[in-house]
Amino acid sequence: MEKISVFSGVAAPLRRSNVDTDQIIPAVYLKRITKTGFEDALFAAWRGDKEFVLNQEPYKKAQVLVAGPDFGTGSSREHAVWALRDYGFKAVFSSKFADIFRGNSGKQGLIAGVISDADTEKLWAAIEANPGVEITVDLPNQTATIGSLVVPFEIDEYTKWRLLEGLDDIGLTLRDEQAITDFEAKRESWRPKTLPAKH
Amino acid sequence: MSNKPLTLAEKVWNNHLVTKGENGSPDLLYIDLHLVHEVTSPQAFDGLRMANRPVRRPDLTIATEDHNTPTVDIDKPIADITSRTQIEALRKNAAEFGIRIHSLGDIDQGIVHVVGPQLGLTMPGITVVCGDSHTSTHGAFGALAMGIGTSEVEHVLATQTLPLKPFKTMAINVEGTLRSGVTAKDIILAVIAKIGTGGGQGYVLEYRGSAIRALSMEARMTICNMSIEAGARAGMVAPDETTFAYLKGRPHAPEGADWDAAVEYWKTLPTDEGAKFDAEVFLDADTLDPFVTWGTNPGQGVSLLDSVPNPEEISDPNEKAAALRALEYMDLQPGTKMKDIRVDTVFLGSCTNSRIEDLRAAAAIIKGRKKADGLRMMVVPGSQRVRVQAEQEGLDAIFKEFGAEWRFAGCSMCLGMNPDQLAPGERAASTSNRNFEGRQGKGARTHLVSPLVAAATAIRGTLSSPADLEEQN
Ligand code: SF4
Repeated sequence: MEKISVFSGVAAPLRRSNVDTDQIIPAVYLKRITKTGFEDALFAAWRGDKEFVLNQEPYKKAQVLVAGPDFGTGSSREHAVWALRDYGFKAVFSSKFADIFRGNSGKQGLIAGVISDADTEKLWAAIEANPGVEITVDLPNQTATIGSLVVPFEIDEYTKWRLLEGLDDIGLTLRDEQAITDFEAKRESWRPKTLPAKH
Repeated sequence: MSNKPLTLAEKVWNNHLVTKGENGSPDLLYIDLHLVHEVTSPQAFDGLRMANRPVRRPDLTIATEDHNTPTVDIDKPIADITSRTQIEALRKNAAEFGIRIHSLGDIDQGIVHVVGPQLGLTMPGITVVCGDSHTSTHGAFGALAMGIGTSEVEHVLATQTLPLKPFKTMAINVEGTLRSGVTAKDIILAVIAKIGTGGGQGYVLEYRGSAIRALSMEARMTICNMSIEAGARAGMVAPDETTFAYLKGRPHAPEGADWDAAVEYWKTLPTDEGAKFDAEVFLDADTLDPFVTWGTNPGQGVSLLDSVPNPEEISDPNEKAAALRALEYMDLQPGTKMKDIRVDTVFLGSCTNSRIEDLRAAAAIIKGRKKADGLRMMVVPGSQRVRVQAEQEGLDAIFKEFGAEWRFAGCSMCLGMNPDQLAPGERAASTSNRNFEGRQGKGARTHLVSPLVAAATAIRGTLSSPADLEEQN
């Protein structure tokens, strides 16, 4: 997982609330066997609509999504985060996230930053006044900046640290690799082994 | 502190602590055995590839094909593209990462939760995980066995460990002696009806008491299998002589000095006298009837001697609403006697009830009797080995003579990922574990039953127990 600190990218306004994971990625895409390549599946039901924000030129390359409240509700599918990540998003801002979505985001290198409803409106206004404008996300200082507009966002300390260090769950565990190796050295020989195969 | 009496689950947990979590972060537990199947593993392997990570312990990992596999024409290519893609991905991943795999046609192929115990890989005092919620099955041996999600599958493949939050313990005490015709399946359906589908949330259940001690290993697996249907993280039974006898001599069971050392340790595992459970539930085995479900979750069950309940008499508003919806979906009227419910299909199979004892029990009942007119019965052994053993015992002949379909091993109609599905509106008595809307096919109606009830139902055409057959004679 890549380390995230400060970056700038195009911001897209998603003026919708209650965007659930079925809308982020419909169930038909869950049949796939890869963990990447879900960019086409993101908001699939809406992408057919020319008016949809991500179909508009300045927003096609967006890296930051500013959405209404209750983002990522519904089924716990991790694919929702994969689809956002594969499309190119590095951060999503909303005044409220579903817990599971927020947890999944932290594990996959996507910032899910909580901002106030008033700041959501301000960001939307700033973006729409100047479509294609870049937003600067500063994770260490927890701010999102467009021009002179500086919006603070919340993220829990643990997730922040992981994103800054670029540690996914596995990377985190492998920091304790020595402890795992030590544990393995003490395991009794009666414990099951699948190899060599016996029948 | 060190002499604090502990439960079985706590002992196994403590024995696998790699690091203890501090300030609310999870404990890191070592995983002794990782079972893999085709549905929840492809993205885990893909994740390893993306991060350039190897499988840490291929020698503690084993894969089998089960959810998607056809149960007829297994030598032909799989027609459904999704199914075929998942199976091909598993084969490719197993080859690439050096993992043992039992593919369609192999003698050890079968439902992952039948294969592990059958090979003697599942044993007391170990931790077992699999990307499948019914991993709780393996708890029957006194193992701590948990279902996990795909990202956790990747985590275990890469590290052979899992970060886990602490759990609570619940004792399910079942005392007494089961009457003839009443089985482990009825115990677990009654337990779930009693505590509800969320009643076990956050708990590891330990099934205890004289009725549990009297059960065979396969019956204990049936019970632990459905722990997840009560929302529990895992279900366990303390190991005893029954466990040791079942394990001894199996391909991967310890041998010689290892066996002696293992048994000595296993005998220390049962819950200590005076250990405290966070919750306790009691069930009387003496008075238990065969249990069947009427609704669309496994907690919506009643005695077979009862009737479809009246939702108006349910006080909890959520449960009442769920019951109303369930009855509509199931097309049932309150007050209908369960025994008057006519079924179209009987499914004998799934990781809950597809082992040799289940097949024997059902065969003993149908032997020499006639199948109800127009009813379809499908028998799907849990593994190829079970199928072969059943054939050696002549059970296949009994099923075929009766008019049942004798299939190859797999999950089959338990979830209908392969072509074994019910038609819309079709009603089944099924020995599986989930009666959710659409689980066995779009619009399909499922009644969960024991193998004995399944067999008797296949004869009478309505939900029945073996006792009903005697009355008929
Ligand atoms: S038999 Fe059913 S419950 Fe068991 S593993 Fe297969 S699909 Fe899951």
